[in-house]
Amino acid sequence: MEKASLRDAYGNKLIELGHKDERIVVFDADLSGSTKSGKFGKVFPERFFNMGIAEINMINTAAGLATTGKIVFVSTFAIFATGRAWEAVRQMVCYPELNVKIVCTHGGITVGEDGATHQALEDIANMRNIPNMKIIVPTDDIETAQVIEKVAHTDGPFYVRLTREKFPRIFDENYKFEIGKGYVLRRGEDVTVIANGIETSFALEAAEILEKEGISVEVIHMPTVKPVDRELIASSAEKTGAVVTAEEHSIIGGLGSAVAEALVETHPVPMERVGTPDTFGRSGKGWELINFYKLDTEGITEKIRKVLERKKR
Amino acid sequence: MLRFEPEFFRKRNREIDESTLRVISREVRKDILKMTSEANSGHPGGSMSATDIMVTLFYYKMKHNPDNPKWEERDRFVLSKGHVSPALYSILARCGYFPLEELKTFRKLKGNLQGHPDMLKTPGIEISTGSLGLGIGAAAGMALGLKLSKISSKVYCIIGDGESQEGSVWETSMAACHYNLDNLCVILDNNNLQIDGPVDEVMSIYPVIEKWKAFGWHVIEIDGHNFKEIKEALNEAETVKYKPTMIVAKTVKGKGVSFMENRAEWHGKALPPDLLKEALKELGEIV
Repeated sequence: MEKASLRDAYGNKLIELGHKDERIVVFDADLSGSTKSGKFGKVFPERFFNMGIAEINMINTAAGLATTGKIVFVSTFAIFATGRAWEAVRQMVCYPELNVKIVCTHGGITVGEDGATHQALEDIANMRNIPNMKIIVPTDDIETAQVIEKVAHTDGPFYVRLTREKFPRIFDENYKFEIGKGYVLRRGEDVTVIANGIETSFALEAAEILEKEGISVEVIHMPTVKPVDRELIASSAEKTGAVVTAEEHSIIGGLGSAVAEALVETHPVPMERVGTPDTFGRSGKGWELINFYKLDTEGITEKIRKVLERKKR
Repeated sequence: MLRFEPEFFRKRNREIDESTLRVISREVRKDILKMTSEANSGHPGGSMSATDIMVTLFYYKMKHNPDNPKWEERDRFVLSKGHVSPALYSILARCGYFPLEELKTFRKLKGNLQGHPDMLKTPGIEISTGSLGLGIGAAAGMALGLKLSKISSKVYCIIGDGESQEGSVWETSMAACHYNLDNLCVILDNNNLQIDGPVDEVMSIYPVIEKWKAFGWHVIEIDGHNFKEIKEALNEAETVKYKPTMIVAKTVKGKGVSFMENRAEWHGKALPPDLLKEALKELGEIV
């Protein structure tokens, strides 16, 4: 599959939105070259503000700006917006339900060489526990562009999690993103895999491999972690009787947790989670780390086999 | 009781003399004490140190519209030290944003007057505040937004001296100057007391005037209970170009009630009924 950059898709979409809507204002905290928000800055310098390495103030200022009717996109690395500035996001953006869109790159382990300090493995958990926050984790550049357009025109706070690495393109222009909706990319009978981000393409590969062994895998892409598509989760679990979640995030508090919560309250079935264990990351190449932490296709097939064993019992 | 028609508030620099401002401030201080005692919680001390500044802002300086709190041309007010909400609620009610009766619901379940200001619940609140060090950044964001929209409104913000220990205050200080936010005027309520004691003993912020000057702000020093000085400082702030203004207002915590003045213990504690009676008497209420 062809690989493409999610952050470039973000920067390009910002420019497009900037032309159409002069309410769009963009903030960054000295990482605009990496997050690609700087692309917007080059075209619309009067609506782009570098707030320096001061993320808490960046969030507060964005909140104040939003009260004047602007649609504010705020970008930095995932760990800084959701960690350093967590309380500002809670108090000034989510509590007053303001129109601030936090779009972060460098989420997950594929940050790579920079190591644990820069790899956000808990960003989704951090954002998920705040009322009024909606969370989207796109899987490719096509989806990213649509997500950015959608959140720009939907009132309220959003956290969109993008990555440093390029990801395989799985969608084409016929794809239509909707907030809160899961997508069945492959129908199956024996087990359901629910994934987002890079893990969706690994899940598709795992399904392909297991099909040859006669295991029928349903693959659901779940870009919206909050509010999660409970109906789809429940109906698929009811059909297959086993669920595996896969995400480039800690197994605590992210998609796996959201699915588990939905399942126990609707249709409990055996479930396994693919994600980083309760640990910090480490330096290495992004794809090496994906293998190291078993977030790859093999990691998913392993968990599918495990959950199918449990299902038999 | 002094009542003004909503039209009164729609222009800046209104004709209102200092003795009238003093009378209003006294009413506000009574409200603060009654509200906090009724709720048996809240922050009377700091509310009373900021009262004269806030009364001058809402009754003399700012153009605003109690009939239409979202009026586009209004000046904005951000209470970064959100715990002194009683002062703001009293003033908003007295300006006509909501009935004075509602002050009795302060901090109560099902009421609209939360412990700290909530922009979604109370008309006239520009942004929710309460967690110290964050509101000033939002005020800077409003100033930026107004400039982008080419609206000539001003943004006024009150911060506390204890609050100034938060690093984010200085992040905003840097950014507001960097982006030449001359439509932003911040007032430091410098009563020198925080919960645990005197600011210079808990964690000194001094020399605070030099700090703000070094960050590039236009700094004015005043007595925060002298209406003439407050008015003049606010007027001066309006003439400053290309940089934000910081008014360092020397104030007295618990101002107006002899046994509350300069006492940290009344930071976050309401007066019991007997002391309330005594305090209201000092403020001229016929009990």
